[in-house]
Amino acid sequence: MRRRQGSFLVGVVLLALLIVVMMISATMGYMKIPVAKIISVLAHYAAGLGLNADPVVEGIVVDVRLPRIIGAAFVGGALAVSGAVFQAILRNPLADPYTLGISSGAAFGASLVIVLQVFGLVLPAGISIPMFAFAGSIGTLMVVLGLANGDRRLSSTNLILSGVIVAAILSAAIGFLKFLADEQVGIIIFWLMGSLSGISWTNIIILLPVTCFGVGICLLYSRELNIMATGERTAATLGINTTRLRLFLLLTCSLMTAVSVAVSGIIGFVGLIVPHLLRHIIGPDNRGLIIFSALGGAILLVVADTLTRAVLPSEVPIGVLTALIGGPVFCVIFKKRQHNGR
Amino acid sequence: MVGKRACETPGKRARSLHSVPLICETPSIKERTSNDLWQLNGVGFKYGRQPVLQELSFEFSRGRCYGVLGPNGSGKTTLLDLLAGILVPQHGRIIFGGRPLTSWRPVDLAQRVALVPQDFAVRFDFSVRSVVEMGRHPHLGRFAALEDHDYRLVDSVMAELGIDALADRPVTRLSGGEKQRVAVARALAQEPQVLLLDEATSNLDIFHTLSILGAIRRRVREKGLTVIAALHDLNQASFFCDWLLFLKQGRMVCRGEIDEVLRPDVISDVYGVQAQVVYNNFSGCRQVSFRSPVDGR
Repeated sequence: MRRRQGSFLVGVVLLALLIVVMMISATMGYMKIPVAKIISVLAHYAAGLGLNADPVVEGIVVDVRLPRIIGAAFVGGALAVSGAVFQAILRNPLADPYTLGISSGAAFGASLVIVLQVFGLVLPAGISIPMFAFAGSIGTLMVVLGLANGDRRLSSTNLILSGVIVAAILSAAIGFLKFLADEQVGIIIFWLMGSLSGISWTNIIILLPVTCFGVGICLLYSRELNIMATGERTAATLGINTTRLRLFLLLTCSLMTAVSVAVSGIIGFVGLIVPHLLRHIIGPDNRGLIIFSALGGAILLVVADTLTRAVLPSEVPIGVLTALIGGPVFCVIFKKRQHNGR
Repeated sequence: MVGKRACETPGKRARSLHSVPLICETPSIKERTSNDLWQLNGVGFKYGRQPVLQELSFEFSRGRCYGVLGPNGSGKTTLLDLLAGILVPQHGRIIFGGRPLTSWRPVDLAQRVALVPQDFAVRFDFSVRSVVEMGRHPHLGRFAALEDHDYRLVDSVMAELGIDALADRPVTRLSGGEKQRVAVARALAQEPQVLLLDEATSNLDIFHTLSILGAIRRRVREKGLTVIAALHDLNQASFFCDWLLFLKQGRMVCRGEIDEVLRPDVISDVYGVQAQVVYNNFSGCRQVSFRSPVDGR
């Protein structure tokens, strides 16, 4: 009971923090806009009054900053929830869409579309990139699972190794695509480094339903995810179809990852660090962990994106930033696990 | 009552040690129709091309405490997995509660059958209480939360197994014996009709072994729980079980009530060691002692 109240408090704090961070982020940038003005712009816009005195400010806030901030929140949330669910379902705190190569697979799919377009294939860009990214991520997931299940248990070592192998092959394949793309290579590099600068309201229209659907599905199965922690045999005798649950949730999370990668490129380590830190604070119960990971991931990515956009002297790709912060954290986790003998 | 042939004096039991043929089938036809939980019919299972179990045909009846015995690799764990519906046999069929095991929904089966694995390893720092509460999962609807009687049940099971003081400790920080008691508590919180024990006490000291087995025996006696336990220790089996089933290389060698099948010739056939079986007044059951097969000592 005490823990439930504590969790509720953490939830309120995180939600408030997310709103504050988003507001502050909206004020920052090339043009400093005070919070009061942003609120009035939003109020006018929401009420449909259209009487705002400053159309330039409204344009910057509504058309430039807001989609990017909201997009960052959705991508961060989707990646963090995917990470939390991957970890629970594979019983491995080191699993996430990035370490399992799922992100690379999605990036390969996106790069493939770009190259095909360079060669003159006409595809509707808004839909084809997410579709190919999803196909790439699912294909990668299948290959990684297929490689790792030699002992039928999908052990953590096998999965991580398989992820590394497949990601290495994919990086060579993406290198080849870059070579083929020739002068258009810059567009592909954008996917590899990850950036939220290209997000528009059109992207949000895809991100919003997929993320909400994915998080909802994961929440629905959060109790089963808890039970997966007791091992496959115990979970099976508690009435859980472990194979189906695993496949279903891996597909759901790959969909979320693919859509995130399609709009933002590869942004690593969010799915690894956010659930890991939250588990220390609120415990491993996935019922809370999934919601808080969504909020925590959103906060982290909005902050990181604001750093690259408005604080650093020139715009560093966000994937580079998260990897530079996340890589060392990953090392610490890995080292600590060895100490604990787990 | 059928199956009570062994209610005899120790002396008479000792005399009957060699009187029953090695392949023995004691249950009568009457039992088979009335009180069966599982019926196995020509069941066989392979991992890849490696046959693990072959031509198993027998039944398990309600309210008994079965021991499944046999050397390493004889298929004990696989048999339990088949009974629990975790694995599906390639040959033959398994009937549970009057209909094919495969036709049961996993959740319905989980309300009736619980398993305690040998090494109960939990990932992530779940508290002891939350792990025991997981046992209530098959009885809860998707959106239902635990209610007062669930909490009371969880509390009483933890107290029964002496882990109530550990309730808020992370299960990853427990000793092997404590973890195993959590595993049993989790299974009992499931309120099953059948408890499958896969060498559930083989890592425990004698005190905790006896206290866990005692708690389970009490449920057999008071609530009619059925237990099927894969065991290594013949003396533990003799102490704990009413009926034994011997497996060797995936085939059933012998089964029946303890006093009929726990015999030197059966042990020698199954394990390849010389043994002596004597009724022990102190423990109140048969005890087995061994002689090394190599140097005759």
